[in-house]
Amino acid sequence: MPEQPGRSAIDVRGVRKVFGTGESQVAALDTVSVSIRENEFFTLLGPSGCGKTTLLRLIAGFDFPSAGEILLHGQDIASLPPFKRPVNTVFQSYALFPHMTVAENIGFGLEMLGKPKAEIKARVAEMLKLVKMEALSGRRTSQISGGQQQRVALARALAPQPKVLLLDEPLSALDYKLRKEMQIELKRLQHETGITFIFVTHDQEEALTMSDRIAVMSSGKILQVGTPWDIYDKPAERFVADFIGESNFLTAAIADIGNGKARATLKSGATIEATVAEGFQPKDNATVVVRPEHAKLTSGKGDLSGTVENIVYFGTDTHIHVRLDSSEAFTVRQQNTRSAGCGFERGDKVGISIGNDAAQVLRD
Amino acid sequence: MAKRPFDIQAQPGFGFMALLTFFALYLPIAALVTYSFNTADSLSRWDGVSLRWFISAWHNSAVQDASVRSLVLAVSAAALSTIAATMAALATTRTRPYPGLTFKYAFINQPLMVPEIVTGVALLIVFSRIKVWTGYSGLGYLIAAHTAFCIPFAYLPIRARLDSMDLTLERAAADLYATPWKAFRFVTLPLLRPAIIAGFMLAFVISLDDVVITEFVKSGGQDTLPTYMLGQLRRETSPEINAIATVFLALSVVLVTAFYFVNRRKP
Repeated sequence: MPEQPGRSAIDVRGVRKVFGTGESQVAALDTVSVSIRENEFFTLLGPSGCGKTTLLRLIAGFDFPSAGEILLHGQDIASLPPFKRPVNTVFQSYALFPHMTVAENIGFGLEMLGKPKAEIKARVAEMLKLVKMEALSGRRTSQISGGQQQRVALARALAPQPKVLLLDEPLSALDYKLRKEMQIELKRLQHETGITFIFVTHDQEEALTMSDRIAVMSSGKILQVGTPWDIYDKPAERFVADFIGESNFLTAAIADIGNGKARATLKSGATIEATVAEGFQPKDNATVVVRPEHAKLTSGKGDLSGTVENIVYFGTDTHIHVRLDSSEAFTVRQQNTRSAGCGFERGDKVGISIGNDAAQVLRD
Repeated sequence: MAKRPFDIQAQPGFGFMALLTFFALYLPIAALVTYSFNTADSLSRWDGVSLRWFISAWHNSAVQDASVRSLVLAVSAAALSTIAATMAALATTRTRPYPGLTFKYAFINQPLMVPEIVTGVALLIVFSRIKVWTGYSGLGYLIAAHTAFCIPFAYLPIRARLDSMDLTLERAAADLYATPWKAFRFVTLPLLRPAIIAGFMLAFVISLDDVVITEFVKSGGQDTLPTYMLGQLRRETSPEINAIATVFLALSVVLVTAFYFVNRRKP
């Protein structure tokens, strides 16, 4: 992975979080370790119940780990109460104080830190400008729209200049257009403030478009950490490949492993070149993943052969569902043009060719 | 069609039942209020309208004495029970549910379930022992007793408000460097204020109105307005009682109305 070893803002080391006692015990986090760098937009991505919010709460201090350490710039903060951590949170429900104005909300953290009045005033003005809310500073939070509340929540959390900003699915309550706008806005804010953002979401598209790096979580574990490109093109496990984007899974025999690459012999008999996931243990049959847009449909012979089962038009592209002769399902995504159709019809006998750089061998 | 087919107002006899209920509820009160303005010495005669009995009650030193005692008692009991209820409500809502929590709700609401007469007798026995030991026979016993049975009335609106209040607000305050005390002072308390006022007023009215427990607990010469009125009725019915009751009624109506408006106001 092309990574420079930046200084880490947050180091999570062997953190476990267990809820309940005795037989009803559930491990919400099962020995998680991850380093989040300074000035990074880091996303915790996973389905609901995967432990991403639990991890965020542990970093914020709303809950304490059952085992393990959480370091902030090298200092263990795992046992500190939230008001002693230089970390602020943007809540999913925003949690704006309804009895205060927009400006009072933004100034609350500085007020609690005992900053001088003049400094608070200046900082609140600066924050209002940053989130473009100057005109509404005197409003009650019940008198502004959802998108505006979102901005106030952001400004409130950024005002005390935290070392790390935690964002708990902050965009989930917004409608599609506003969400797109806020995604760009968040990237801008992160860039301008230079603060480390830890963003929790279950939306893979949001994660891919916004993050510097992503940690994919499932059942209390981190499965893979990497750039969006790593996660999408070089998924380590089936869950990662399945959760992010669409995937074709093929069974193959793996040989000639070396230098991160291998030769995979598919059921059809064809042999293709593939990259190998980190931590892959050599075995007879492994799963190979191919993204639908990295395969090509041909009317002649390819690496695989099968019959077209269904054709779905998506505007920008067309998905062609093929039933392989080995009875596995395979989808090919083909870019559309204005002048011609996709060139295939249901029932056609087709071949599928897989490019040299299209396949990845999964470790599970 | 103006009315839905199963609208209860469309059922035969609805209007009659409603009227009957209203009469049963308000006719006695209307009679009381009307007769409080009666000039005559007796309830059986109507001699015309005057404020005679209001004035007479106002100048009656026993009434003055009982009124002051009632107010001191109600304010003290309401204040103490509201403080206790606020703490109890915070302790029972700002925590993860644990076994025994439901039992605690029941425990706090005990005065709603135990018949007043039982509490009255129990307190009479306990307090009479304490009176013997300490020699103190002041208003403290009544304040203690009233505080105890007012707690659930103050507790209910405060707890309801806390239940509907987003816990994340306090979490957000803690996240923004507020210590637990500051989070309470600047976030929880301001949001809770309407409910605390409502709880106080409810407790005040309940204390002001109590007869049974007061009758058992009070020492000699410690009449409150309700027990004074009861004592008067035992001897001869003076129309003064009507006047006092009317003032009482007016006070209650004012408080309940204020309670309604305070509770309705959303932050």
